[in-house]
Amino acid sequence: MLNESTVLTVDKLQIAYEGDQVISDLSFTVNKGEILIILGPNGAGKTTLLRALQGLLPYQGLVSWNAQKISYLPPQEFLQRHNLPPLTVKEFYSFKTSDLNSAKSMMTEIGLDENILSHQFSELSTGQFQRMLVGWALLDNPDVLILDEPTSGIDIGGEETIYSLLHKFWKNQNLTILLVTHDLNVVWEYATQVICLNKQQMCMGKPDEVLTPEQLKKLYGTGVKFYKHQHR
Amino acid sequence: MSTEILLALILSGTVGAIAGYLGSLMLSKRMSLMGGALGHLTLPGVALALLYDFDVSLGATLFLALGVLIIWLLEQKTRLHLEALTAVVFSTSLATAFLFLPKKEFDIALLGDVSKISPVTVFITVIIALLLFFTVKKIYSSMVLASISSDLAQTSGVNLKLNNTLYLICIAVTVALGVRIVGGLMTAALLAIPACTAKNISSNLKQYTIISTIAGSLACVLGVIAYAILDIPAGPLIIIASALLFLVSVFKQHTE
Repeated sequence: MLNESTVLTVDKLQIAYEGDQVISDLSFTVNKGEILIILGPNGAGKTTLLRALQGLLPYQGLVSWNAQKISYLPPQEFLQRHNLPPLTVKEFYSFKTSDLNSAKSMMTEIGLDENILSHQFSELSTGQFQRMLVGWALLDNPDVLILDEPTSGIDIGGEETIYSLLHKFWKNQNLTILLVTHDLNVVWEYATQVICLNKQQMCMGKPDEVLTPEQLKKLYGTGVKFYKHQHR
Repeated sequence: MSTEILLALILSGTVGAIAGYLGSLMLSKRMSLMGGALGHLTLPGVALALLYDFDVSLGATLFLALGVLIIWLLEQKTRLHLEALTAVVFSTSLATAFLFLPKKEFDIALLGDVSKISPVTVFITVIIALLLFFTVKKIYSSMVLASISSDLAQTSGVNLKLNNTLYLICIAVTVALGVRIVGGLMTAALLAIPACTAKNISSNLKQYTIISTIAGSLACVLGVIAYAILDIPAGPLIIIASALLFLVSVFKQHTE
């Protein structure tokens, strides 16, 4: 079952939280270089799934990684920005690398000014903070990047920047990306694979093939507008 | 200067420094309450030590261990929060201490006592403080990362369980050392105020930890000097000195 190009194999995954079955009978594989988007309504178990995949939660079933280094960005609400010691971005980056130059060049890569390095967390805007985190996650050259709603709380312009930034890294560094989002636009634009999740697997495959109006209606209930970009 | 005061200065300055250093990690709401709760937990131990004439910090340590064990057991048995359980246990412990604490020892237990400190006590305290320093230094960046996000820390390879355990042990030992100089009621201030002072006037983590350590130590030294002059218990003087330093920092803080 395991071949060279498989990064993640999940088989019959079950996750229970305080007696409630949050996810049942989930199986899928992710290949190298894919952008897998996990789509689903609130409370569908998306964050739970990402956390279990990294061993942050107990689960039953098989989760097997074939990757050297996995980086994770938790959702905004799991990240504390205030009531912290006065940590600067530079010091935060130095938790991962002692090489100041690589921190500096990462700032350029993520489109932030170098002097942001000497700013404290509380001095960054939400957009800057999120970009800074993406840079931090990529600092030690992971082969897999896992992100949970990386653009929540960011305005539309900033959202665009984060995704094009991720797309750039994905193209240049042979990354595999696992991403949770609500945003169907992002799915159409970037996903190579999509999983629809509502406590159990509702669909899995290429976005074009599986995201039919009927499927989305089933996933979200009524009231979701079906819209799709024309690919250029 | 008498030897007694010199020993008191060395001991208090050392304990103040380590409390300031460790306290700089304890800025979160949850942790700053912890220092106080643990201070109260030590009181029956301090009372026993005063009654049977053994070392105050030793008595404090015994009851800290007992208290933490009880809280841990209750946490397994009930579904109450750690904070709630700590509140139950520490107030019980405070009440118990008052049951058998002799009236004339009240001051010492509640306000601390820096007189009659032996050179051996100073020596042992300095050694323990050094051990604490290196332990805190080792876990410092992991704990900062964990305070941003425990998930982020864990996925970056931090052994959270081990670090949290070491962290709690360091807090408990520091509280046990602090009880001698400021008493069981004011240990929270020993840990919390220097960090607040430092946060006001520092612009990065390195500055912050250094200033917090120095502010903690300086407050203790100033407190003991005031005690030598005024002959009022050093405990309250130390905390007041620390509060004054904090006040200075409020006016010195750079506005953005």
